[in-house]
Amino acid sequence: MTPHSRDDIARRVARALPHGAVVNLGIGLPGLVSRYVEPAQDIVLHSENGIINFAALPDGGAADHDSIDASKRPVTVLPGGSYLDVALSFSLMRGGHLDVAVLGAFEVSARGDLANWWTGKPDDVPGVGGAMDLACGAKSIWVMMEHTTRDGLPKLVDHCSYPLTAPAVVDRIFTDLAVLDVTPEGLCVRECVPGLEPAELQARTATRLIFCDDHRIDAPRER
Amino acid sequence: MIDKRVAGFREAIAGIETGHTVMVGGFGDAGVPVGLVAAVLERGPRDLTVIANNAGFHTGDISDWLSAGLVRKVICSYPRTSPTFVALYRQGKVALELVPQGTLVERMRCAGAGLGGFFSPVSAGTPLGAGKEVRTIDGRDFVLEMPLTADFALIRARQADPMGNLTYNKTARNFAPVMATAARMVVAEAIEIVAVGGIDPEAVITPGLLVDRIVQQGPRA
Repeated sequence: MTPHSRDDIARRVARALPHGAVVNLGIGLPGLVSRYVEPAQDIVLHSENGIINFAALPDGGAADHDSIDASKRPVTVLPGGSYLDVALSFSLMRGGHLDVAVLGAFEVSARGDLANWWTGKPDDVPGVGGAMDLACGAKSIWVMMEHTTRDGLPKLVDHCSYPLTAPAVVDRIFTDLAVLDVTPEGLCVRECVPGLEPAELQARTATRLIFCDDHRIDAPRER
Repeated sequence: MIDKRVAGFREAIAGIETGHTVMVGGFGDAGVPVGLVAAVLERGPRDLTVIANNAGFHTGDISDWLSAGLVRKVICSYPRTSPTFVALYRQGKVALELVPQGTLVERMRCAGAGLGGFFSPVSAGTPLGAGKEVRTIDGRDFVLEMPLTADFALIRARQADPMGNLTYNKTARNFAPVMATAARMVVAEAIEIVAVGGIDPEAVITPGLLVDRIVQQGPRA
């Protein structure tokens, strides 16, 4: 069994984005997704600092301090794009005008609680940015993360131990081992990497997994 | 003819005093009014409360105010980008009010729009919503957020005319149009100052009546 690389996860997320979706990619791992979106998908990227329909600046392009995304990377607006102030940008989030937000996470619980902004440790200075706003407003919240921590501890849990970003908001989780949906009954495994037995996946997960009858091995699931 | 231009940065920030609350535009490097920030550092008011998205990043922004001991409290969404802030915070030398970014800007918008507060779903059920009044609307929990105002707002514009009408440059717009509604004294540092009528009225983003002083930006460092 070989876990997916970070780029593999990004490819899988990109493939799952619906045609024409307005998408916000969170800071960190989710930023990789933009590399794998096909032009034919007509994805419109939104960034919280006030830009719609943009692309990363091609290598060698002159960086413009005034044209950045939320990760402070240089970007360029595409034809049909626009700039907006932060009040309107966050109205778009809270108001349900974004189709998908792809976010990183420390932990996700069985009912879709998201913890991704602060460890709560005394020496960890808290910073929230737009994490809570995004988690509250986008129509679909997808999480993209490693299945376990660097030390092998599960990140999918019954109850989050870190302070919450928002309760019961996550719809789908893409990890290096599996794709899971949050359902009223708990986390339902849709796909897992070839060669990974259900018992092995369960052993790396701290909440009871549901293995759907139709779960497929590393195959795209359209819906 | 109304003319809000002032001679230089020192005149532009005249009146910022010890104990004031100051909004500072910018997200990352984009939109930081570096000339105004430097002038405040030189003037040296103390016990400032600073409202901004970040607590600065490096030298040449509000990190310099923190280093110089001018700041009592920061109200922001993401302070971790400033090593200076992190060090002072750990020593207990600066206070922090952490506000989700959308709530931060909406609290300013609320003040600028004359509203007494608003209910937001953001932070409900989290540590940042703890202690706030909760209202359940259509089965969903919302927390009460209060308006946020300031003595000064320092912002950066792309074009300004002498009447104070402003446009912005790309993502340097960020918080500026909202801060311009929420502070008692609004000062804009402009990349370019044009004649009255030089900005298409359809393109004006901040109407001049919101802006008190205009100053020409120097060459970018």
